[in-house]
Amino acid sequence: MSGERKTSRWALWLPLGLFGAFAVLVLFGLLRPAPRDVASTLIGKPMPEFTLPAAMPGREGLDSRVFRQGEPRLVNIFASWCLPCGIEAPQLNSLAEAGVPIEGISVRDSTADLQAFLARHGDPFVRIGADDDGKVQLALGSSGVPETYVVDGKGIIRYQHIGEIRPEQVATIIEKLKEARE
Amino acid sequence: MTRFLCLLLVVCSMPALAQERLDAPYAYRQLENPAQEEQAQALMESLRCLQCQGQSIADSDAPIAGSMRSLVRERIEAGEDPEAIRAWLVERYGDYVSYTPRLTALTWPLFAAPLLLAGLAFLLLRRRFRKEAKP
Repeated sequence: MSGERKTSRWALWLPLGLFGAFAVLVLFGLLRPAPRDVASTLIGKPMPEFTLPAAMPGREGLDSRVFRQGEPRLVNIFASWCLPCGIEAPQLNSLAEAGVPIEGISVRDSTADLQAFLARHGDPFVRIGADDDGKVQLALGSSGVPETYVVDGKGIIRYQHIGEIRPEQVATIIEKLKEARE
Repeated sequence: MTRFLCLLLVVCSMPALAQERLDAPYAYRQLENPAQEEQAQALMESLRCLQCQGQSIADSDAPIAGSMRSLVRERIEAGEDPEAIRAWLVERYGDYVSYTPRLTALTWPLFAAPLLLAGLAFLLLRRRFRKEAKP
């Protein structure tokens, strides 16, 4: 008899308990700062096929075939209108000076703006492809500028860096390039 | 006076940065074929803008949303199935890009929980009603 009463009391409090648990879950979700970065899910997958025209006269455009030439490369998605891109420029310049091949993809940009940007911040790029409609950016799973990808010699995307490369992050990029070489 | 000078500075300031320039044919133009445009619109309303993450790409004025709209419309014009376009984007950005949840190993509790709770409520209430029915 008393056993049954115990069960019914337990059952009486269950819905309130469930509601409380749900409220805690909602509060936790609301108060926790949401991550704003959307990572590409193409890590470990081959570079999408694309051909981009040259972003500036007298320069080579970017064809995805260069990523299968046996050497790991960096792909930097950037734009002249993007402030953090200017902030990461010294880091890219020092990587280029160290002999890292960096391919550029300029997103939704114009030739004149790009020329001014490179004159001001330096030009670490082997090639610069003009992604005027942003399709290659979407094909790469990139959700903003700047972003930098490490691509190994077989054209497999090995690492994605979201946002500008800060001085203290250069070592990570070099490490990832070394891993891509193995 | 200082206030006036400040105001003058604000009004006369030149943008120091270059402008973002979107060169995509269908970012702000509808498709000629109304049936296709309708398909594109339905899909665009259920895709998330990656920069302004609370908005769909149909609602957003962010340039990347324009790129995504043009991609959707061009592919639909070429005869691609809307769900194939969604799958292409999900392959790159994960489920996050779509507002329509898929049934996966991660999301099944979302669909199972209401059924489970309704079942539980039914069991609890049934026992209660039965007790009341007995004099």
